[in-house]
Amino acid sequence: MSLLSVSNLTKSFGGLMAVNDVSFGLEQGTVMGLIGPNGAGKTTVFNLITGNYRPDAGEIMFDEQSLVAQSPHRIVSIGVARTFQTIRLFPNMEVIENVLAGCHCRMHSGIFAAMFRLPGQRREEQASLRIALQELEFVGLTDQATNKAKNLSYGNQRLLEIARALASQPKLIILDEPAGGMNAQETADLVRLIKEIRARGITVLLIEHDMSLVMRICEQIIVLEHGALIVQGSPEEVQKNPRVIEAYLGVDED
Amino acid sequence: MKKSYIIYAVMALVLSFSPFFLNPYWVDVLNNIGLYAVLALSLNFILGHAGMFHMGHAAFFAVGAYVTAILNTMYHVPIIWLMPLSGIVAAVFAAIVARPIIHLRGDYLLIVTIGIVEIVRIALVNNIFGVTGGSNGIFGIGRPEIFGLVIRRPHQFFYYIWIFLAVTVFLFRMLEDSRFGRALNYIKEDELAAEGSGIDTVHYKLIAFVLGAFWAGMVGNIYASKMMIISPESFTFWESVLYFSIVILGGSGSIPGVILGAFLIVGLPEVFREFSSARMLIFGAAMVIMMIFRPSGILPPLPRTYKLDRVRKGGSQA
Repeated sequence: MSLLSVSNLTKSFGGLMAVNDVSFGLEQGTVMGLIGPNGAGKTTVFNLITGNYRPDAGEIMFDEQSLVAQSPHRIVSIGVARTFQTIRLFPNMEVIENVLAGCHCRMHSGIFAAMFRLPGQRREEQASLRIALQELEFVGLTDQATNKAKNLSYGNQRLLEIARALASQPKLIILDEPAGGMNAQETADLVRLIKEIRARGITVLLIEHDMSLVMRICEQIIVLEHGALIVQGSPEEVQKNPRVIEAYLGVDED
Repeated sequence: MKKSYIIYAVMALVLSFSPFFLNPYWVDVLNNIGLYAVLALSLNFILGHAGMFHMGHAAFFAVGAYVTAILNTMYHVPIIWLMPLSGIVAAVFAAIVARPIIHLRGDYLLIVTIGIVEIVRIALVNNIFGVTGGSNGIFGIGRPEIFGLVIRRPHQFFYYIWIFLAVTVFLFRMLEDSRFGRALNYIKEDELAAEGSGIDTVHYKLIAFVLGAFWAGMVGNIYASKMMIISPESFTFWESVLYFSIVILGGSGSIPGVILGAFLIVGLPEVFREFSSARMLIFGAAMVIMMIFRPSGILPPLPRTYKLDRVRKGGSQA
C-alpha cells in the first residue's frame, strides 16, 4: 500500500489543462522527484496535494484518507508538510517562532488555558519549544534562533522553511525547489539533509530543476510535460527514456 | 528586574492614588481613558495581532451596552450579572456577522466593518424590536453593586474601571504570549504560509473577533451603568475610528502602546480644551507625522522572549 496515491488527477485553469489525468504512487520511506520543463504543472500537482487547489477530477489518498476537499491546515495535521517555491516565512518574527508555527497543529491548549497559564499549557509550550529547537538543530540553525527570519541568508531561509515543515511531525514532506538560489556548497548540504530526513522515516517528494541533485537523491522520478505524466521510474530509467529526452531537448526535425 | 517594569510599577502606583489629588472632573477623564483603553485592547487582538482592518468595533460595544440597558431597565437584572451576559451576546453577534466576511482582506474588510457599525447604529435609531428607545436611547440604567457597595461616584468608578483594565491587561498579556497570540501573528505576517504550516486561519480570525467582541460587550456594560443613559450617538463610526487610531498610534500589538495611545487620543483633547477648534487639525497633523517617522506606533511591541537555555539544559523537567 502506497503512502500517497494519486489517481487520475485533473485540474484546468480556464482553457489551460494544468494537470491532465496524472496518476502515481509514492511508497513509504522513499525520496521521489517530480521534474519537467517550466509550466509542466509540477507546482500545481503540489498545490493539489496540499489542498491549496481543488482538483476537477481524480483522487488523492494519503495514509488511507482522502486529501481532496480538505483544507490546507487539515492536510498538515494529517501528516503532509510543505515548503514553498517562493520562500514564505514570517519575516518579522524570530526564527524559533517560525519553527513553532509548525508545532502549532500538534498542540491543543486553548484560550482559557493560555490566559490562566494552566499546567498543561505550560508543559505543552515547553515541549513544543524543545521540538522546535531540535528541528533548528537538525537543519543547523541553532545559533540563529532569536534572529528575525528576514535577516537570514537566502539559503538559511530555505532551511528554516524545512525546519518549520518538519516541526509539524509529518509523514510526508513536500519540497518545492529546495535548492533554488543555493550555491554548490549549500546544495551539497541540502542533499545530506534530505538523506537525513529520509533516515528519520519521513517520505520526501520534491520538485527540483537541479538535475544532478535529483539524480543523486531520488529513488523514484516522475516526469510531467504539459500537465501529463510521461514517465515514472528510477533515475536510470528516466534518463534513458526517449520521451524524457524529447521533452527536455526537443525532437529532431528529420 | 528590568527598567521598564519599574517605570510601569511607579506609574501604576501614581495612578492608583490619583483620585485622592484630582478633582472629580479629571477622575472622570481618567475613567474615560480606562474605558477606551480596554476597548482598544480588545480591538488590538483583531487589528494589532491578526492584522485585520476592523473599523466596526463600536458595534460590539453597542450590543453590550444595549443588552445591559434593556435587561436592567425592563427586567431589573442587576448590572454586575449582566456583564458576562453582555459580553456573550456581543460575542455571538460578532460570530454571526464576522463569519461571512472573515475571508476579506485589508481595505475590503475595512469597508464591510464600517457597514456593520452603521447598520447597528441605524437599527438602534429605528428602535429595532421596539426595545432600543430609538434616537432618544434608554435612560434610567442602574448602577453596579458589588457586595452591597453601589458604585456611583467618579472615584468609585475609577477603581472599578481600572481594576477591570488591570485584569484585562494581565489576561491579554498571557494570551499574547501563547499559541493563540502566535497564530494571530502568523496570520498577520503571511496568511497563506500560516495555513500551509497547519494553522486554521479562518478559525483563529473568527476567534479574534469573538474574543474582541466579548470584551467590548463587557465594556459596554460598564459604560451603560456609568452613563445611566445610552443613545445611538455614542456608538457611531467615529467611535470606531478612535479605537482604531488608539491602536495604530500607540503601537499595534503592544499593550503599553495601546494604553499610551488611549491617554494621548482621549486625554490630550481634554488637556487642550481651549484649543478645541484646532484639535482635529493638530490631531491629523500628528497622525501624518507619526506614520512617517514611527509607522509601527509610539511603543511598538517587543519580541516575545523564549527561555531557550532552560529548555536546552532542562531536558525533561518542565
